[in-house]
Amino acid sequence: MSTAIAPAPDTIPGEPMLVVDGVEVRLSGREILHDVSFAIGAGEFTGLIGSNGAGKTTLLRVILGLQQPSSGSVLIDGRPRGRRNAVIGYVPQKVLIDPDMPLRARDLVALGLDGERPGIPLPSRRRRALVEEMLSAVDATGFADARVGNLSGGEQQRVLIAHALISRPTLLLLDEPLANLDIRSEQEVVELIARIAHEQKLAVLISAHDMNPLLQVMDRIVYLAAGRAASGTVGEVVRSDVLSSLYGSHVDVLHVHDRIVVVAGQATGIDDGTAARHENLDFVRLS
Amino acid sequence: MTGRLFEPGFFTNGAVHTALLVGAVVAVISACVGIFTVIRSQAFAGESLGDLGTTGGSASYLLGVSDPVWGFAIAALIGAGLIELLGVRRRPDRDLATGIVLGAGLGLAALFLYLDTTSSSTTGVSITILFGSLFVFNTATLPALIALGAVALALVAVSYRMLLLSSISPELAAARGIPVRLVGAAYLIALALAVALAAVTIGAVLSTALLIGPPATALRLTKRPGLAMLTAAAIGVLTTWLGILLAYDSYYWPPVQHGWPVSFLIVAAIFAFYLLAQLPALRRQTDRRTPVAATTNP
Repeated sequence: MSTAIAPAPDTIPGEPMLVVDGVEVRLSGREILHDVSFAIGAGEFTGLIGSNGAGKTTLLRVILGLQQPSSGSVLIDGRPRGRRNAVIGYVPQKVLIDPDMPLRARDLVALGLDGERPGIPLPSRRRRALVEEMLSAVDATGFADARVGNLSGGEQQRVLIAHALISRPTLLLLDEPLANLDIRSEQEVVELIARIAHEQKLAVLISAHDMNPLLQVMDRIVYLAAGRAASGTVGEVVRSDVLSSLYGSHVDVLHVHDRIVVVAGQATGIDDGTAARHENLDFVRLS
Repeated sequence: MTGRLFEPGFFTNGAVHTALLVGAVVAVISACVGIFTVIRSQAFAGESLGDLGTTGGSASYLLGVSDPVWGFAIAALIGAGLIELLGVRRRPDRDLATGIVLGAGLGLAALFLYLDTTSSSTTGVSITILFGSLFVFNTATLPALIALGAVALALVAVSYRMLLLSSISPELAAARGIPVRLVGAAYLIALALAVALAAVTIGAVLSTALLIGPPATALRLTKRPGLAMLTAAAIGVLTTWLGILLAYDSYYWPPVQHGWPVSFLIVAAIFAFYLLAQLPALRRQTDRRTPVAATTNP
Protein backbone atom coordinates (compact mmCIF):
# COMPACT_ATOMS: atom_id res chain seq x y z
CA MET A 1 0.00 0.00 0.00
CA SER A 2 2.86 2.30 0.77
CA THR A 3 4.57 2.23 -2.59
CA ALA A 4 1.69 1.70 -4.90
CA ILE A 5 3.77 1.63 -8.02
CA ALA A 6 7.43 0.72 -7.84
CA PRO A 7 9.29 2.23 -10.77
CA ALA A 8 10.67 -0.48 -13.04
CA PRO A 9 14.36 0.19 -13.65
CA ASP A 10 13.94 0.26 -17.41
CA THR A 11 11.51 3.19 -17.24
CA ILE A 12 14.32 5.47 -16.08
CA PRO A 13 16.31 6.97 -18.93
CA GLY A 14 20.01 6.83 -18.13
CA GLU A 15 21.55 6.15 -14.74
CA PRO A 16 19.42 6.88 -11.68
CA MET A 17 20.70 10.16 -10.25
CA LEU A 18 18.74 9.82 -7.04
CA VAL A 19 17.52 6.64 -5.38
CA VAL A 20 15.35 6.92 -2.28
CA ASP A 21 14.88 3.48 -0.78
CA GLY A 22 12.49 2.64 2.06
CA VAL A 23 12.95 5.96 3.85
CA GLU A 24 11.10 6.30 7.15
CA VAL A 25 11.18 9.38 9.36
CA ARG A 26 9.77 9.52 12.88
CA LEU A 27 9.89 12.81 14.77
CA SER A 28 9.02 12.69 18.48
CA GLY A 29 7.02 9.50 18.00
CA ARG A 30 5.04 10.79 15.03
CA GLU A 31 5.57 9.10 11.69
CA ILE A 32 6.30 11.76 9.06
CA LEU A 33 7.41 9.48 6.21
CA HIS A 34 6.53 5.81 5.82
CA ASP A 35 8.58 3.53 3.55
CA VAL A 36 9.09 6.08 0.78
CA SER A 37 10.88 4.71 -2.29
CA PHE A 38 11.45 6.16 -5.74
CA ALA A 39 14.21 6.90 -8.20
CA ILE A 40 14.99 9.79 -10.53
CA GLY A 41 17.06 9.42 -13.69
CA ALA A 42 19.53 11.94 -15.08
CA GLY A 43 17.74 14.69 -16.98
CA GLU A 44 14.36 13.76 -15.56
CA PHE A 45 11.87 16.32 -14.31
CA THR A 46 9.98 14.97 -11.31
CA GLY A 47 7.22 16.67 -9.36
CA LEU A 48 6.92 15.96 -5.63
CA ILE A 49 3.24 16.58 -5.06
CA GLY A 50 1.33 16.65 -1.80
CA SER A 51 -0.64 18.94 0.45
CA ASN A 52 0.88 20.98 3.27
CA GLY A 53 2.07 18.61 5.97
CA ALA A 54 2.29 15.59 3.66
CA GLY A 55 6.05 15.40 4.30
CA LYS A 56 7.49 17.08 1.19
CA THR A 57 9.94 19.33 3.01
CA THR A 58 10.99 16.50 5.33
CA LEU A 59 11.70 14.28 2.33
CA LEU A 60 13.80 17.00 0.69
CA ARG A 61 15.68 17.49 3.97
CA VAL A 62 16.43 13.75 4.09
CA ILE A 63 17.83 13.89 0.55
CA LEU A 64 19.96 16.90 1.51
CA GLY A 65 21.24 15.15 4.62
CA LEU A 66 19.73 17.73 6.96
CA GLN A 67 17.39 15.12 8.42
CA GLN A 68 18.53 11.63 9.37
CA PRO A 69 15.97 8.96 8.36
CA SER A 70 14.95 6.42 11.02
CA SER A 71 15.52 3.77 8.38
CA GLY A 72 16.08 3.50 4.66
CA SER A 73 18.76 4.99 2.48
CA VAL A 74 19.42 7.69 -0.09
CA LEU A 75 21.84 7.20 -2.97
CA ILE A 76 22.99 10.15 -5.04
CA ASP A 77 24.63 9.31 -8.32
CA GLY A 78 25.09 5.76 -7.05
CA ARG A 79 26.87 6.77 -3.83
CA PRO A 80 25.65 7.34 -0.28
CA ARG A 81 25.49 11.08 0.24
CA GLY A 82 28.60 12.73 1.66
CA ARG A 83 29.05 15.62 4.03
CA ARG A 84 28.93 18.23 1.29
CA ASN A 85 26.26 18.57 -1.33
CA ALA A 86 28.53 19.36 -4.26
CA VAL A 87 26.25 17.63 -6.76
CA ILE A 88 22.96 18.90 -5.31
CA GLY A 89 21.57 22.34 -6.02
CA TYR A 90 18.88 23.44 -3.57
CA VAL A 91 16.26 26.19 -3.57
CA PRO A 92 14.65 26.33 -0.12
CA GLN A 93 11.10 27.37 0.67
CA LYS A 94 10.36 30.97 1.69
CA VAL A 95 13.70 32.73 1.65
CA LEU A 96 12.86 36.12 3.16
CA ILE A 97 15.52 38.68 2.35
CA ASP A 98 15.30 42.08 4.01
CA PRO A 99 15.21 45.01 1.53
CA ASP A 100 18.03 46.60 3.57
CA MET A 101 20.31 43.61 3.03
CA PRO A 102 23.36 44.84 1.11
CA LEU A 103 23.24 42.04 -1.44
CA ARG A 104 22.80 42.35 -5.19
CA ALA A 105 21.36 39.54 -7.27
CA ARG A 106 24.85 38.89 -8.65
CA ASP A 107 26.32 38.65 -5.14
CA LEU A 108 23.83 35.93 -4.20
CA VAL A 109 24.62 34.02 -7.41
CA ALA A 110 28.36 34.33 -6.71
CA LEU A 111 27.81 32.86 -3.23
CA GLY A 112 26.48 29.77 -5.00
CA LEU A 113 29.96 29.26 -6.44
CA ASP A 114 31.94 29.15 -3.20
CA GLY A 115 29.69 30.24 -0.31
CA GLU A 116 30.90 27.46 1.99
CA ARG A 117 34.61 28.31 1.69
CA PRO A 118 36.52 30.21 4.37
CA GLY A 119 38.00 33.63 3.72
CA ILE A 120 36.99 36.66 1.70
CA PRO A 121 36.42 36.09 -2.04
CA LEU A 122 38.86 37.78 -4.37
CA PRO A 123 37.38 39.24 -7.52
CA SER A 124 38.47 37.32 -10.61
CA ARG A 125 37.56 37.50 -14.26
CA ARG A 126 36.61 33.80 -14.35
CA ARG A 127 34.28 34.25 -11.37
CA ARG A 128 32.62 37.29 -12.90
CA ALA A 129 32.17 35.53 -16.25
CA LEU A 130 30.57 32.49 -14.60
CA VAL A 131 28.14 34.70 -12.64
CA GLU A 132 27.30 36.69 -15.77
CA GLU A 133 26.64 33.50 -17.74
CA MET A 134 24.39 32.09 -15.00
CA LEU A 135 22.47 35.36 -14.66
CA SER A 136 21.71 35.38 -18.37
CA ALA A 137 20.74 31.68 -18.27
CA VAL A 138 17.91 32.55 -15.85
CA ASP A 139 17.07 35.86 -17.62
CA ALA A 140 18.20 37.88 -14.61
CA THR A 141 20.71 40.17 -16.33
CA GLY A 142 18.22 43.05 -16.23
CA PHE A 143 18.11 43.17 -12.43
CA ALA A 144 21.56 41.75 -11.66
CA ASP A 145 22.60 44.90 -9.81
CA ALA A 146 19.40 45.39 -7.83
CA ARG A 147 19.16 44.51 -4.15
CA VAL A 148 17.75 40.97 -3.83
CA GLY A 149 15.37 42.16 -1.12
CA ASN A 150 13.73 44.59 -3.53
CA LEU A 151 13.01 42.00 -6.25
CA SER A 152 9.61 40.48 -6.89
CA GLY A 153 8.89 36.89 -5.84
CA GLY A 154 9.44 35.53 -9.35
CA GLU A 155 12.69 37.47 -9.80
CA GLN A 156 13.98 36.23 -6.43
CA GLN A 157 13.18 32.64 -7.44
CA ARG A 158 15.21 33.03 -10.61
CA VAL A 159 18.18 34.42 -8.67
CA LEU A 160 17.93 31.56 -6.15
CA ILE A 161 17.81 29.06 -9.02
CA ALA A 162 20.94 30.65 -10.50
CA HIS A 163 22.56 30.44 -7.04
CA ALA A 164 21.71 26.72 -6.92
CA LEU A 165 22.89 25.98 -10.46
CA ILE A 166 26.19 27.87 -10.71
CA SER A 167 28.13 25.08 -9.01
CA ARG A 168 26.98 22.77 -11.84
CA PRO A 169 25.02 20.24 -9.80
CA THR A 170 23.54 17.13 -11.41
CA LEU A 171 20.50 17.12 -9.14
CA LEU A 172 18.33 20.16 -8.42
CA LEU A 173 15.89 20.19 -5.49
CA LEU A 174 13.30 22.97 -5.24
CA ASP A 175 10.97 23.32 -2.26
CA GLU A 176 7.66 24.94 -3.26
CA PRO A 177 9.25 27.42 -5.69
CA LEU A 178 5.83 28.33 -7.06
CA ALA A 179 4.27 29.28 -3.73
CA ASN A 180 3.32 32.98 -3.54
CA LEU A 181 3.91 33.56 -7.25
CA ASP A 182 1.30 35.06 -9.53
CA ILE A 183 0.17 32.85 -12.42
CA ARG A 184 2.46 34.49 -14.98
CA SER A 185 5.67 34.25 -12.91
CA GLU A 186 4.61 30.71 -11.96
CA GLN A 187 4.57 29.78 -15.64
CA GLU A 188 7.87 31.57 -16.31
CA VAL A 189 9.65 29.83 -13.44
CA VAL A 190 8.35 26.39 -14.52
CA GLU A 191 9.44 26.94 -18.12
CA LEU A 192 12.83 28.20 -17.00
CA ILE A 193 13.49 25.16 -14.80
CA ALA A 194 12.30 22.77 -17.53
CA ARG A 195 14.51 24.45 -20.14
CA ILE A 196 17.64 24.39 -17.98
CA ALA A 197 16.97 20.82 -16.86
CA HIS A 198 16.73 19.78 -20.50
CA GLU A 199 19.81 21.75 -21.61
CA GLN A 200 22.05 20.57 -18.78
CA LYS A 201 20.73 17.01 -18.44
CA LEU A 202 19.80 17.92 -14.89
CA ALA A 203 17.64 15.72 -12.66
CA VAL A 204 15.00 17.94 -11.05
CA LEU A 205 12.82 17.22 -8.02
CA ILE A 206 10.37 20.05 -7.45
CA SER A 207 7.82 20.08 -4.65
CA ALA A 208 4.40 21.68 -5.06
CA HIS A 209 0.97 21.37 -3.53
CA ASP A 210 -0.68 21.76 -6.94
CA MET A 211 0.46 19.50 -9.78
CA ASN A 212 -1.27 21.46 -12.54
CA PRO A 213 1.40 24.08 -13.32
CA LEU A 214 3.86 21.19 -13.77
CA LEU A 215 1.73 18.86 -15.92
CA GLN A 216 3.26 19.98 -19.22
CA VAL A 217 6.88 19.49 -18.13
CA MET A 218 6.76 16.65 -15.61
CA ASP A 219 8.32 13.34 -16.69
CA ARG A 220 7.37 11.60 -13.46
CA ILE A 221 5.45 12.31 -10.30
CA VAL A 222 6.02 11.35 -6.67
CA TYR A 223 2.70 11.77 -4.90
CA LEU A 224 2.90 12.10 -1.13
CA ALA A 225 -0.10 11.72 1.14
CA ALA A 226 0.02 11.17 4.89
CA GLY A 227 3.71 10.27 4.69
CA ARG A 228 3.24 7.59 2.02
CA ALA A 229 4.38 7.89 -1.57
CA ALA A 230 3.35 6.63 -4.97
CA SER A 231 5.57 7.27 -7.96
CA GLY A 232 5.50 6.79 -11.68
CA THR A 233 4.24 8.75 -14.65
CA VAL A 234 1.27 11.05 -14.07
CA GLY A 235 -0.95 8.57 -15.90
CA GLU A 236 0.21 5.73 -13.66
CA VAL A 237 -0.13 7.54 -10.34
CA VAL A 238 -2.88 10.13 -10.57
CA ARG A 239 -5.71 7.60 -10.77
CA SER A 240 -8.61 7.10 -8.47
CA ASP A 241 -7.56 3.58 -7.36
CA VAL A 242 -3.90 4.46 -6.68
CA LEU A 243 -4.62 7.69 -4.77
CA SER A 244 -7.51 6.15 -2.85
CA SER A 245 -5.21 3.44 -1.55
CA LEU A 246 -2.60 6.11 -0.73
CA TYR A 247 -5.03 8.32 1.19
CA GLY A 248 -6.81 5.36 2.75
CA SER A 249 -10.13 6.84 1.67
CA HIS A 250 -11.93 7.15 -1.62
CA VAL A 251 -10.83 9.99 -3.86
CA ASP A 252 -11.92 10.85 -7.38
CA VAL A 253 -9.56 12.12 -10.03
CA LEU A 254 -11.29 14.54 -12.37
CA HIS A 255 -9.92 15.87 -15.62
CA VAL A 256 -11.16 19.39 -16.31
CA HIS A 257 -9.91 20.70 -19.64
CA ASP A 258 -6.12 20.34 -19.30
CA ARG A 259 -6.14 20.23 -15.54
CA ILE A 260 -6.42 17.47 -12.99
CA VAL A 261 -8.39 17.86 -9.79
CA VAL A 262 -8.32 15.39 -6.92
CA VAL A 263 -11.56 15.42 -4.95
CA ALA A 264 -12.39 13.59 -1.74
CA GLY A 265 -15.25 11.21 -2.24
CA GLN A 266 -17.18 9.13 0.29
CA ALA A 267 -14.89 8.31 3.17
CA THR A 268 -14.34 4.58 3.30
CA GLY A 269 -11.63 4.22 5.90
CA ILE A 270 -9.15 6.50 7.60
CA ASP A 271 -10.13 10.03 6.78
CA ASP A 272 -7.16 12.10 5.84
CA GLY A 273 -9.20 14.87 4.39
CA THR A 274 -6.58 17.62 4.50
CA ALA A 275 -5.04 16.93 1.14
CA ALA A 276 -8.30 16.26 -0.61
CA ARG A 277 -9.94 19.33 0.86
CA HIS A 278 -7.04 21.39 -0.31
CA GLU A 279 -7.42 20.14 -3.86
CA ASN A 280 -11.10 20.97 -3.51
CA LEU A 281 -10.19 24.56 -2.88
CA ASP A 282 -8.11 24.46 -5.99
CA PHE A 283 -11.16 23.22 -7.83
CA VAL A 284 -13.18 26.16 -6.56
CA ARG A 285 -10.49 28.53 -7.76
CA LEU A 286 -10.68 26.95 -11.20
CA SER A 287 -14.41 27.38 -11.60
CA MET B 1 37.64 80.64 22.18
CA THR B 2 39.64 81.00 18.98
CA GLY B 3 36.97 79.58 16.65
CA ARG B 4 39.47 77.62 14.57
CA LEU B 5 38.71 74.07 13.32
CA PHE B 6 41.98 72.72 14.71
CA GLU B 7 42.67 74.48 18.00
CA PRO B 8 46.37 74.95 18.91
CA GLY B 9 48.18 71.82 19.97
CA PHE B 10 45.76 69.32 18.38
CA PHE B 11 48.47 67.75 16.20
CA THR B 12 51.19 67.76 18.86
CA ASN B 13 49.26 66.52 21.88
CA GLY B 14 50.24 62.95 22.88
CA ALA B 15 46.86 62.17 24.39
CA VAL B 16 45.21 63.25 21.13
CA HIS B 17 47.50 60.98 19.10
CA THR B 18 46.62 58.02 21.29
CA ALA B 19 42.92 58.86 21.12
CA LEU B 20 43.02 59.10 17.30
CA LEU B 21 44.87 55.78 16.98
CA VAL B 22 42.77 53.86 19.52
CA GLY B 23 39.58 55.43 18.21
CA ALA B 24 40.37 54.38 14.64
CA VAL B 25 41.26 50.80 15.62
CA VAL B 26 38.08 50.38 17.64
CA ALA B 27 35.93 52.04 14.96
CA VAL B 28 37.22 49.69 12.23
CA ILE B 29 36.68 46.57 14.37
CA SER B 30 33.20 47.72 15.44
CA ALA B 31 32.21 48.45 11.83
CA CYS B 32 33.44 45.15 10.36
CA VAL B 33 31.72 43.13 13.08
CA GLY B 34 28.71 45.47 13.25
CA ILE B 35 27.71 44.99 9.60
CA PHE B 36 26.72 41.43 10.46
CA THR B 37 25.08 42.53 13.73
CA VAL B 38 22.73 44.70 11.66
CA ILE B 39 22.19 42.10 8.92
CA ARG B 40 21.48 39.37 11.48
CA SER B 41 19.28 41.66 13.66
CA GLN B 42 21.47 40.99 16.69
CA ALA B 43 21.59 44.57 17.99
CA PHE B 44 20.12 43.44 21.31
CA ALA B 45 22.88 40.84 21.76
CA GLY B 46 25.48 43.53 20.92
CA GLU B 47 24.03 45.99 23.44
CA SER B 48 23.82 43.26 26.08
CA LEU B 49 27.41 42.10 25.59
CA GLY B 50 28.61 45.70 25.93
CA ASP B 51 26.66 46.07 29.16
CA LEU B 52 28.01 42.75 30.41
CA GLY B 53 31.49 44.10 29.74
CA THR B 54 30.69 46.63 32.46
CA THR B 55 30.48 43.78 34.94
CA GLY B 56 34.02 42.70 34.11
CA GLY B 57 35.31 46.26 33.89
CA SER B 58 33.96 47.19 37.31
CA ALA B 59 35.19 43.90 38.78
CA SER B 60 38.72 44.50 37.50
CA TYR B 61 38.81 47.98 39.11
CA LEU B 62 37.64 46.37 42.34
CA LEU B 63 40.43 43.77 42.12
CA GLY B 64 42.95 46.50 41.40
CA VAL B 65 43.81 45.20 37.92
CA SER B 66 45.39 48.12 36.08
CA ASP B 67 44.26 46.89 32.65
CA PRO B 68 40.43 46.85 32.51
CA VAL B 69 40.38 45.66 28.86
CA TRP B 70 40.77 42.04 29.99
CA GLY B 71 37.94 42.43 32.48
CA PHE B 72 35.65 43.82 29.77
CA ALA B 73 36.64 41.13 27.24
CA ILE B 74 36.40 38.16 29.60
CA ALA B 75 33.00 39.22 30.95
CA ALA B 76 31.66 39.77 27.42
CA LEU B 77 33.00 36.36 26.30
CA ILE B 78 31.41 34.62 29.29
CA GLY B 79 28.17 36.44 28.46
CA ALA B 80 28.40 35.26 24.84
CA GLY B 81 28.96 31.68 26.01
CA LEU B 82 25.96 31.79 28.34
CA ILE B 83 23.73 33.30 25.63
CA GLU B 84 24.79 30.57 23.19
CA LEU B 85 24.23 27.86 25.81
CA LEU B 86 20.83 29.09 26.98
CA GLY B 87 19.49 30.23 23.62
CA VAL B 88 18.56 27.69 21.00
CA ARG B 89 18.57 28.54 17.33
CA ARG B 90 15.12 30.10 17.32
CA ARG B 91 15.31 33.86 17.60
CA PRO B 92 12.57 34.50 20.24
CA ASP B 93 14.31 32.10 22.63
CA ARG B 94 17.66 33.71 21.88
CA ASP B 95 16.39 37.16 22.85
CA LEU B 96 14.96 35.70 26.04
CA ALA B 97 18.28 34.03 26.87
CA THR B 98 20.13 37.28 26.13
CA GLY B 99 17.77 39.21 28.41
CA ILE B 100 18.19 36.77 31.28
CA VAL B 101 22.00 36.77 31.02
CA LEU B 102 21.96 40.58 30.71
CA GLY B 103 19.80 40.99 33.82
CA ALA B 104 22.04 38.77 35.92
CA GLY B 105 25.20 40.50 34.66
CA LEU B 106 23.89 44.00 35.27
CA GLY B 107 22.94 43.02 38.82
CA LEU B 108 26.57 42.11 39.45
CA ALA B 109 27.74 45.28 37.69
CA ALA B 110 25.55 47.37 40.01
CA LEU B 111 27.16 45.69 43.01
CA PHE B 112 30.72 46.12 41.70
CA LEU B 113 30.18 49.76 40.71
CA TYR B 114 28.75 50.45 44.17
CA LEU B 115 31.78 48.83 45.79
CA ASP B 116 34.15 50.68 43.39
CA THR B 117 32.56 53.98 44.33
CA THR B 118 32.50 53.36 48.09
CA SER B 119 36.05 51.99 48.24
CA SER B 120 37.62 54.79 46.18
CA SER B 121 35.19 57.41 47.50
CA THR B 122 34.84 58.89 44.02
CA THR B 123 32.34 58.47 41.21
CA GLY B 124 35.12 58.87 38.60
CA VAL B 125 35.56 55.13 38.10
CA SER B 126 31.88 54.55 37.39
CA ILE B 127 31.80 57.40 34.90
CA THR B 128 34.90 56.03 33.14
CA ILE B 129 33.47 52.51 32.91
CA LEU B 130 30.04 53.58 31.72
CA PHE B 131 30.98 56.49 29.46
CA GLY B 132 34.55 55.83 28.37
CA SER B 133 37.96 57.39 28.50
CA LEU B 134 39.52 57.98 25.08
CA PHE B 135 41.65 60.90 26.32
CA VAL B 136 42.90 59.15 29.44
CA PHE B 137 43.53 55.87 27.63
CA ASN B 138 46.43 53.93 29.12
CA THR B 139 48.90 53.26 26.25
CA ALA B 140 50.09 50.09 28.01
CA THR B 141 46.68 48.63 27.12
CA LEU B 142 47.23 49.19 23.40
CA PRO B 143 48.89 45.80 22.56
CA ALA B 144 46.08 43.85 24.26
CA LEU B 145 43.49 46.00 22.50
CA ILE B 146 45.04 45.41 19.07
CA ALA B 147 45.51 41.67 19.71
CA LEU B 148 41.88 41.15 20.79
CA GLY B 149 40.71 43.26 17.86
CA ALA B 150 42.78 41.17 15.46
CA VAL B 151 41.11 38.01 16.78
CA ALA B 152 37.66 39.53 16.18
CA LEU B 153 38.58 40.63 12.64
CA ALA B 154 40.15 37.25 11.84
CA LEU B 155 36.97 35.43 12.95
CA VAL B 156 34.84 37.61 10.67
CA ALA B 157 37.30 37.34 7.76
CA VAL B 158 37.56 33.55 7.93
CA SER B 159 33.82 32.98 8.24
CA TYR B 160 32.83 35.88 5.93
CA ARG B 161 31.06 33.93 3.14
CA MET B 162 29.60 31.31 5.50
CA LEU B 163 28.34 34.05 7.79
CA LEU B 164 26.80 35.94 4.89
CA LEU B 165 25.03 32.85 3.54
CA SER B 166 23.85 31.82 7.04
CA SER B 167 22.46 35.33 7.52
CA ILE B 168 20.59 35.18 4.19
CA SER B 169 19.07 31.75 4.82
CA PRO B 170 20.19 29.26 7.48
CA GLU B 171 18.45 26.54 5.46
CA LEU B 172 20.41 27.35 2.30
CA ALA B 173 23.67 27.49 4.28
CA ALA B 174 23.03 24.17 6.04
CA ALA B 175 22.25 22.48 2.71
CA ARG B 176 25.70 23.51 1.45
CA GLY B 177 27.32 21.82 4.43
CA ILE B 178 28.00 25.04 6.36
CA PRO B 179 27.98 24.41 10.14
CA VAL B 180 25.44 27.18 10.80
CA ARG B 181 25.46 26.86 14.61
CA LEU B 182 29.27 26.91 14.79
CA VAL B 183 29.49 29.92 12.47
CA GLY B 184 26.93 31.71 14.68
CA ALA B 185 28.94 30.91 17.81
CA ALA B 186 32.18 32.14 16.21
CA TYR B 187 30.41 35.34 15.27
CA LEU B 188 29.13 35.81 18.83
CA ILE B 189 32.77 35.62 20.05
CA ALA B 190 33.81 38.29 17.51
CA LEU B 191 30.84 40.41 18.64
CA ALA B 192 31.77 40.03 22.32
CA LEU B 193 35.36 41.12 21.61
CA ALA B 194 34.32 44.07 19.43
CA VAL B 195 31.87 45.50 21.97
CA ALA B 196 34.30 44.90 24.84
CA LEU B 197 36.92 47.00 23.03
CA ALA B 198 34.38 49.70 22.21
CA ALA B 199 33.19 49.63 25.84
CA VAL B 200 36.73 50.19 27.16
CA THR B 201 37.26 53.17 24.90
CA ILE B 202 33.98 55.02 24.43
CA GLY B 203 32.11 53.43 27.33
CA ALA B 204 29.84 50.45 27.85
CA VAL B 205 26.66 52.47 27.47
CA LEU B 206 27.73 54.03 24.16
CA SER B 207 29.50 51.05 22.56
CA THR B 208 26.34 50.02 20.70
CA ALA B 209 26.29 53.34 18.86
CA LEU B 210 29.69 52.58 17.33
CA LEU B 211 28.67 48.97 16.59
CA ILE B 212 25.31 49.71 14.95
CA GLY B 213 25.47 53.33 13.77
CA PRO B 214 28.13 53.29 11.02
CA PRO B 215 26.98 49.91 9.58
CA ALA B 216 23.33 51.02 9.55
CA THR B 217 24.42 54.19 7.73
CA ALA B 218 26.53 52.17 5.26
CA LEU B 219 23.60 49.87 4.39
CA ARG B 220 21.74 52.96 3.16
CA LEU B 221 24.63 54.02 0.95
CA THR B 222 25.71 50.80 -0.76
CA LYS B 223 24.14 47.55 -1.91
CA ARG B 224 27.26 45.37 -1.92
CA PRO B 225 28.25 43.40 1.20
CA GLY B 226 32.02 43.96 0.99
CA LEU B 227 31.65 47.62 0.10
CA ALA B 228 29.16 48.07 2.97
CA MET B 229 31.84 46.83 5.36
CA LEU B 230 34.47 49.24 4.00
CA THR B 231 32.00 52.16 4.00
CA ALA B 232 31.01 51.40 7.59
CA ALA B 233 34.68 51.33 8.64
CA ALA B 234 35.31 54.67 6.91
CA ILE B 235 32.24 56.26 8.54
CA GLY B 236 33.25 54.83 11.92
CA VAL B 237 36.78 56.27 11.73
CA LEU B 238 35.52 59.61 10.39
CA THR B 239 32.87 60.10 13.09
CA THR B 240 35.26 58.99 15.84
CA TRP B 241 37.93 61.45 14.69
CA LEU B 242 35.34 64.18 14.32
CA GLY B 243 34.20 63.51 17.90
CA ILE B 244 37.78 63.66 19.16
CA LEU B 245 38.44 66.93 17.28
CA LEU B 246 35.25 68.50 18.63
CA ALA B 247 36.05 67.32 22.15
CA TYR B 248 39.50 68.89 21.91
CA ASP B 249 38.06 72.13 20.54
CA SER B 250 35.32 72.11 23.19
CA TYR B 251 37.83 73.16 25.87
CA TYR B 252 37.49 76.58 24.28
CA TRP B 253 33.69 76.44 24.10
CA PRO B 254 31.24 78.21 26.37
CA PRO B 255 29.70 77.94 28.84
CA VAL B 256 32.15 76.18 31.15
CA GLN B 257 35.41 76.12 29.14
CA HIS B 258 35.86 72.69 30.67
CA GLY B 259 35.53 70.38 27.68
CA TRP B 260 32.63 68.27 26.54
CA PRO B 261 32.71 64.45 26.94
CA VAL B 262 34.36 62.90 23.86
CA SER B 263 32.06 59.84 23.84
CA PHE B 264 28.99 62.08 23.63
CA LEU B 265 30.46 63.98 20.68
CA ILE B 266 31.37 60.74 18.83
CA VAL B 267 27.87 59.35 19.28
CA ALA B 268 26.38 62.68 18.19
CA ALA B 269 28.51 62.58 15.01
CA ILE B 270 27.44 58.96 14.30
CA PHE B 271 23.78 59.89 14.74
CA ALA B 272 24.13 62.95 12.49
CA PHE B 273 25.69 60.80 9.73
CA TYR B 274 22.88 58.27 10.07
CA LEU B 275 20.22 60.98 9.73
CA LEU B 276 21.99 62.43 6.68
CA ALA B 277 22.02 59.00 5.02
CA GLN B 278 18.28 58.65 5.69
CA LEU B 279 17.40 61.87 3.88
CA PRO B 280 17.18 60.53 0.28
CA ALA B 281 14.98 57.63 1.40
CA LEU B 282 12.76 59.95 3.43
CA ARG B 283 12.28 62.26 0.46
CA ARG B 284 11.36 59.30 -1.76
CA GLN B 285 8.76 58.22 0.78
CA THR B 286 7.10 61.61 1.04
CA ASP B 287 7.07 61.89 -2.76
CA ARG B 288 5.28 58.59 -2.97
CA ARG B 289 2.87 59.37 -0.18
CA THR B 290 1.58 62.70 -1.42
CA PRO B 291 -0.59 61.54 -4.37
CA VAL B 292 -1.98 58.64 -2.30
CA ALA B 293 -3.10 61.04 0.41
CA ALA B 294 -4.80 63.18 -2.21
CA THR B 295 -6.90 60.32 -3.60
CA THR B 296 -7.91 58.80 -0.28
CA ASN B 297 -8.97 62.18 1.08
CA PRO B 298 -11.01 63.86 -1.66
